[in-house]
Amino acid sequence: MAEHNGSGHAYHTESHSAAHDNHPDPEELRTFGFWIYLMTDVILFGTLFAAYIVLRGNTNGGPGPEELFQMGGIITSTFILLTSSFTSGLAVLAMHKGNRQALMGWLSVTALLGATFIVLEVREFIHLVHEGATIGTSAFLSAFFTLVGTHGLHVSLGLVWMIALIIQLAKHGITPVTKRKVNVISLFWHFLDVIWIFVFTIVYLMGVS
Amino acid sequence: MTQHEGTNPQAAGLHGSLKSYTLGFLFSIVLTIIPVAIVMNGWLEGAASSIVLMMAAVLQLVVQLIFFMHLREEKKPRYNLVTLILGLVILLVIVLGSMWIMLYNTVAT
Amino acid sequence: MWEKVKSFASDFFVTGDPLIYGADVSIVLAAISIVFVMTYFKKWGWLWREWLTSVDHKKIGIMYILASFLMLFRGGVDALLMRAQLVVPEMEFLTPDHYNQIFTTHGVIMILFMAMPFMFGLFNVIVPLQIGARDVAFPFLNALSFWLFFSGAMLFNLSFVIGGSPDAGWLAYPPYSGLMHNPGPGQDFYIWGIQISGIGSLMTGINFIVTILKMRAPGMKLMKMPMFPWSVLSSCIAIIFSFPILTATLALLFLDRYAGAHFFTLDGGGNPMMYINLIWMWGHPEVYIIVLPAFGIFSEIVSTFAKKKLFGYKSMVYAMMIISILSFLVWAHHFFTMGSGADVNAFFALTTMLIAIPTGAKVFNWLFTMFRGKITFETPMLWTIGFIPCFVTGGMTGVLLSVAPADFQFHNSYFLVAHFHHVIIGGVVFGYFAGLYYWWPKLFGFKLHERIGKWAFWLWNIGFYLCFMPQYALGLMGMTRRVATYGWDKGWWEMNLVSTIGAGLMGIAFVVQVWQIVYSVKHLRKDRTGDPWNGRTLEWSIPSPAPLYNFATLPQVTAQDEWWEEKLLRDNGQSSSVPPALEPIHMPKNSGIPFVMSMFWFAAGFGFVFQWLWLIIAGLVGVAVCMLVHSFNYDNDYYISVDEIKRTEAAIREVPN
Repeated sequence: MAEHNGSGHAYHTESHSAAHDNHPDPEELRTFGFWIYLMTDVILFGTLFAAYIVLRGNTNGGPGPEELFQMGGIITSTFILLTSSFTSGLAVLAMHKGNRQALMGWLSVTALLGATFIVLEVREFIHLVHEGATIGTSAFLSAFFTLVGTHGLHVSLGLVWMIALIIQLAKHGITPVTKRKVNVISLFWHFLDVIWIFVFTIVYLMGVS
Repeated sequence: MTQHEGTNPQAAGLHGSLKSYTLGFLFSIVLTIIPVAIVMNGWLEGAASSIVLMMAAVLQLVVQLIFFMHLREEKKPRYNLVTLILGLVILLVIVLGSMWIMLYNTVAT
Repeated sequence: MWEKVKSFASDFFVTGDPLIYGADVSIVLAAISIVFVMTYFKKWGWLWREWLTSVDHKKIGIMYILASFLMLFRGGVDALLMRAQLVVPEMEFLTPDHYNQIFTTHGVIMILFMAMPFMFGLFNVIVPLQIGARDVAFPFLNALSFWLFFSGAMLFNLSFVIGGSPDAGWLAYPPYSGLMHNPGPGQDFYIWGIQISGIGSLMTGINFIVTILKMRAPGMKLMKMPMFPWSVLSSCIAIIFSFPILTATLALLFLDRYAGAHFFTLDGGGNPMMYINLIWMWGHPEVYIIVLPAFGIFSEIVSTFAKKKLFGYKSMVYAMMIISILSFLVWAHHFFTMGSGADVNAFFALTTMLIAIPTGAKVFNWLFTMFRGKITFETPMLWTIGFIPCFVTGGMTGVLLSVAPADFQFHNSYFLVAHFHHVIIGGVVFGYFAGLYYWWPKLFGFKLHERIGKWAFWLWNIGFYLCFMPQYALGLMGMTRRVATYGWDKGWWEMNLVSTIGAGLMGIAFVVQVWQIVYSVKHLRKDRTGDPWNGRTLEWSIPSPAPLYNFATLPQVTAQDEWWEEKLLRDNGQSSSVPPALEPIHMPKNSGIPFVMSMFWFAAGFGFVFQWLWLIIAGLVGVAVCMLVHSFNYDNDYYISVDEIKRTEAAIREVPN
């Protein structure tokens, strides 16, 4: 058992382990480190949002948000991503019940939903390019493609990572290490969901309203 | 590897229950439908619309933090919460500061 | 075929300047001699096993410091070239184009590839020892941070022999850094060199926050932690919140240049001012990032050499935390002249002045610590005492600059140049030198020669004031920064001559420092105590250099200056009871992945610079493969057995005096 003293130093005293581990639980450290990484990502997206908000009026005579955005597909992908955030939570629940099959199943569902989201996004981008709205058309579109694309890139990387994790779960089962990895990726997934909510609100909803 | 069971107060306390996930999911669905309905039906305009939309988004953030990321269940000292608050403050500084400096720029506009 | 090779080479390599041909020859000669020596003494395996794959925080720290010294040399040569060009009016030593490149690389190298790695080096070697930990929280990530910094720095430095150096100033303001005005690869070297090393800096920030918050020795409450880790914490907080802004901003500039986007261009609705706004949101915290650890170093040194507890510990902690957050609220003072309106300028002038308050509080704390102390003047203390007047005057000129209406006069003049050199050399460089002299015995097990060190100190100081005090006057006389030359009729030449003489003295001082290191190695006098300065904190309680695992048994901390209190108890014969029994120590395994992955980043960055798609793809695929290999590797730690700890400890003690 680990005990916390007042200063927040987790001191490990595992009685049954021959190796006395001076460090606090390494997996807890990694989860905390990942949380801080998420905060840095908040700032990264914040910068892109700032650029978008400042530049969104500069359409350079090109198309603006009202003409470009097709809300039907955007709303669909929003619900898909919301659902995937929920299913990644269900994966964590299954993991804590020790149910590896359900864990891997829910992770796969999450990955599938994420992949659908990416496909929809790519289709939206292709549609925009066909409309003549590219990253070089105007400052507004540069900022739009960069902000939305960076989110999409995060989701895509998350997908690769999730698949790698499913393979690791198949290989190693539920261990402290894989447990931490599942916790961390589900945090990442919720985080991407939150970012998307703000993209959806600020870029799309406010763009067309 | 049961030896690590319970050695991780943070992770052990941070997984919620089916009830909390389902509640969170429902909340976030509702909080998405409301702004969509407002925009698609044109119920609000201008500043009022922006304020309501932003409020819905911020509420969603809170829902995700509490029901999905289990921020409330963090043990003391609450470093996760502290870093989150700091991050959000800096985020607001970046976004609002840029808007203030750039959009109210008396030379550019 | 030969014609094709020739035309490629004349574009690829920088040609036509005898200075650069000279550099080419010396680089090639140095590389050949290194390869020869390494092969002759069969040291490649040793290099790979002991250094390139090491995840030991002490070795990584030493590599950081070594790299930063090389960069200090390069940046210093840049500075001397500039001063040589300005020594008299109408000088024709450097062409204006070359001058632009040199002030750009001087700034970038000194801040990002000298100050940052020097700082990370000191973080690495000292923080775990001071908080009683066996390593940082994420040793693998730590090695990766270093190698990313290293490949970023190499990529950046490559620009001066291949492709051409960046020349748009150290912050690369558009439109000048945009494709329209700057098509060559120099600016892309800038973007990718900084981008790659920036990822490393960000990871180091995360690493040390977790280390300090979660890995302190049992009993070391936050408010009992030495001041240096506190300063590292405050600096890292600023790192994690500011470096993502740099990453994003440079990425946007890259998209402008590479993908034809219009963020900061003059056409297409872009706004160059947005870049200036964003880059300073990183740039201002950045200067506090590098100076805060220096404050921590001074606090340690003042208290050790005055043999007194640090005065105002708590106010020091709060001051540093406030500075760390407040540094995010002042960025617009770098572009008062942009014309954002009186309300914006007034707000940022006020926040800038506010930041002087916690800084002033710290100066008083140091002075009161020295008050009635039994001060001795070894080199670390000399640098500290040299720092105080220097930083105070530099800081006061900063307050002058913060007065927005007056800034319209000072802006981009030599007054500004003098100001920031005053605080950065007087604060950061003096601070890191102080730290290096102070902790050198802990790193290597012997002290640096004191007398030569004092020569270096005085040369640096006299040179410094000779170099920069005239520049304040030059600024007020109308000399603007970045001018490549000036006329006889300006009346600036006397002061410029003095300034160049000062710069030369600082150059000599650097050579004296290198000589000091060589001399001290040659006349090595090993320090057996592990505590040559009669220190106060935990790093002095273990042998120098520290064994791989740092602490054979983890210390139980009860007091703020734990080691000092322990020594007092021992002197009174109340020494603590039997040392706790040894137990196996959990250690991370070495890994080659950080090095290999950083080389792939280097390749990808090089591909981006020259727009060679195949190299970009190969590099990025390599990076991804490295990450996956690491993710699938579950065998990355081991235990040091009790027997081995006993052998190591005995070996340290047995060596005859």
